[in-house]
Amino acid sequence: MTLRRVMVYSRFERFWHWSQMALISALLFTGFGIHGFHRLIGFETAVTLHTGVALALILLWIFAIFWHLTTGTWRHYVPTTKGLWRVAQFYGFGIFKGEKHPYRKAYWRKHNPLQALTYLALKLVLFPAIWVSGIAYLLYFLWNDIAGASDLLSNVALIHTAAAFATLAFIVVHIYLFTTGHSFAEHVKPMLTGFDDVELSPEEEAYLEKDEPGHIR
Amino acid sequence: MSRLPFALIVGLALTNSLFGGDAAKSSSAGGAIPPADFEFHPPYEPVLIPPDTPKERSGKEPGATTDHAKLEELQRDFQSGSEVTKACLSCHTEAGKQFMKSVHWTWEYKNPATGQVLGKKNLINTFCTNARGNEGACAQCHAGYGWVDDSFDFTDETKIDCLVCHDNTGLYYRTPQSEGHAACAIMFENAPPLDWKRMAQRVGMPQRRNCGQCHFYGGGDDGAKHGDLDSSLFHPGRALDVHMDEKGLNFSCTACHVTKQHIWAGSRYNVVAKDVEGTGKPGLRRDVATCESCHGGAPHPNLSIRGLKLNDHVDRVACQTCHIPELARGGVATMTNWNWRTAGKLKDGFGYFEHDYTQGNGEHRKTYKSIKGNFTWAENIQPHYDWFDGQMLYKTIDTKLDPSQQPIAVNAYQGSPDDPRSRIWPFKRMHTVQPYDRVNNTLVYMYLWGDDEGAYWGGYDFAKSVEVGMKKYNKPYSGELDFIETYSYWPTTHMVAPSEDAVGCDECHSRDGRLEGLDGVYLPGRDSNRWLDRIGLLAVCGAFFGVLGHGLIRKSLGKGGKHA
Repeated sequence: MTLRRVMVYSRFERFWHWSQMALISALLFTGFGIHGFHRLIGFETAVTLHTGVALALILLWIFAIFWHLTTGTWRHYVPTTKGLWRVAQFYGFGIFKGEKHPYRKAYWRKHNPLQALTYLALKLVLFPAIWVSGIAYLLYFLWNDIAGASDLLSNVALIHTAAAFATLAFIVVHIYLFTTGHSFAEHVKPMLTGFDDVELSPEEEAYLEKDEPGHIR
Repeated sequence: MSRLPFALIVGLALTNSLFGGDAAKSSSAGGAIPPADFEFHPPYEPVLIPPDTPKERSGKEPGATTDHAKLEELQRDFQSGSEVTKACLSCHTEAGKQFMKSVHWTWEYKNPATGQVLGKKNLINTFCTNARGNEGACAQCHAGYGWVDDSFDFTDETKIDCLVCHDNTGLYYRTPQSEGHAACAIMFENAPPLDWKRMAQRVGMPQRRNCGQCHFYGGGDDGAKHGDLDSSLFHPGRALDVHMDEKGLNFSCTACHVTKQHIWAGSRYNVVAKDVEGTGKPGLRRDVATCESCHGGAPHPNLSIRGLKLNDHVDRVACQTCHIPELARGGVATMTNWNWRTAGKLKDGFGYFEHDYTQGNGEHRKTYKSIKGNFTWAENIQPHYDWFDGQMLYKTIDTKLDPSQQPIAVNAYQGSPDDPRSRIWPFKRMHTVQPYDRVNNTLVYMYLWGDDEGAYWGGYDFAKSVEVGMKKYNKPYSGELDFIETYSYWPTTHMVAPSEDAVGCDECHSRDGRLEGLDGVYLPGRDSNRWLDRIGLLAVCGAFFGVLGHGLIRKSLGKGGKHA
């Protein structure tokens, strides 16, 4: 096994990540504005931006889902219990004792087990909750004439707001974890350049050097 | 034409100048000379409209094919309004029959939903309280000649007053139909003769002046009742009313209140609170005065997120709610409170006025009149908002009231968030303290206008006035008079502001906004689940302080937890 700098975040993936970051930040800001937590922009502007940004994010997601399915990258998110406990233990105890992070990035496993599980939960629970409730909210005009629509809307809003809080909590932890291990900058860099240190098997190394010379340094 | 030197006046419903100083002497003051501070301030002043004045825009192009000045039938010196009417009807053969079905003539409306017989002929209101029994004064605004009591012949089409609606000279005016108490004689002094021929020869589609001379003075004074109808609409600017804007669209009332055979669209007894039909095909809709009948059901441009979102509101929010930001915006105040309890105070045996309110256009408004009590005036007021399905529910003279429920809504609106036909509407709300029978728990008819001492306006005796008022119509009266607090509500629909002045989203979508307290709808920005907000903030803060603690422990131990 050799440690090499390998292209693990393709151009689309990086674009996806950063534009998603910008869009979600905008959604949180405008969303909490609509919710009444701040009045930095008017309600009208907040709603207009929130809706427009949400539509842009939906579009991005359609592309991202397509990309994950066609490139096979979705496999990175398949949950595994292997090593999960060790990673959790590391963040809970080992990190304070100066232990090394137990996980090594593999070519087909760029997330550690805890990370993969978190992202999977994000993609399967939190994001669907916010999307389903958000789209229902956006399309209220289509179902506002059914009985009890207003009560239903307040439940939709409840789910939407709860999901927003959870997303914000995720972001707080997500950003914090960048400060563990490498420096913050070192963590962010792969998401900019696409290259990160990955343990390669001789076969992977040989394959990349021969067939994808631009993806390995 | 200069201001008429007589109290024309009374104004349409007996308003301003009625009884001033000596003129209001409670005993017998006929012919008394008004004191120096007597105000001649006709609420509606006949002013010649120059013949070359452009006509207001109405539903159809005015008078294009007939010049009434050339008609043979009109080349006479008419001696009365009825003679003019006969001449009108000799050509407009069906007009009389049509008009006699209109509420402008019948003053009666049978509510198909409740079966109640309403209309000015029967109703109790919260202003001068009742036209019934006071027709001599109130019928100043009845489109007929000579209704002074129940003997008026509602089948005589020669009694129709065509000119009040169709005179285009601006010179026509009406006075009370009977003389009332001797103290009121001053109101008829120096009244200029009406030039019937001149007016008959210059008739046309009703202009705002025609409708406004009555409708702008409802409740007994300029702007008193509605708050969205007052004399500022004779010559409105764009900011006041984007449709009636004199230099712009210059709509007449009938541009929206379309007619079919002298029946007007836009009933206030049974409002179309939600029009889902929209514009209809060209020329088809002559039955509604709704915004939607011109602007359609999706009035905002659908090409932007903003427009789409605004159109989403149409099903639950009336156009008026956002597009009429405030009432009484034209410099003329509207009455918000009337206290009858204080009426009847005299100075040396004379009725008097106080005027402690100066309105936007500089005019002083009376805040006390001996004949009516105390008033409160207000301008630029935010409407009262609530769910409304178009149905007004009236308390009539026969309704038993529950005095523990004061203020009692004399004309309550009906509506509910659960009813798809209801929308959020703006209302002007009026608060009144008015007489009632405290034993029978009913409202009462007051006898206000008459030539005897029983008439309150001149006699100043509530007990006598109510006794006569009730007896006239065989209504039970215990003789125990007291005062009761009431509300009345007037759905607001005029004084539509230009779009840039519409109510902003924040004004409702916020805490303590315009719709604070309006139940039955989830309003983003106003409503939230307190517990969810607490738990959510706790979770976010928990995450923040959790990682902060985690980081601090790492730092204090001096171990970074290297990855590789």
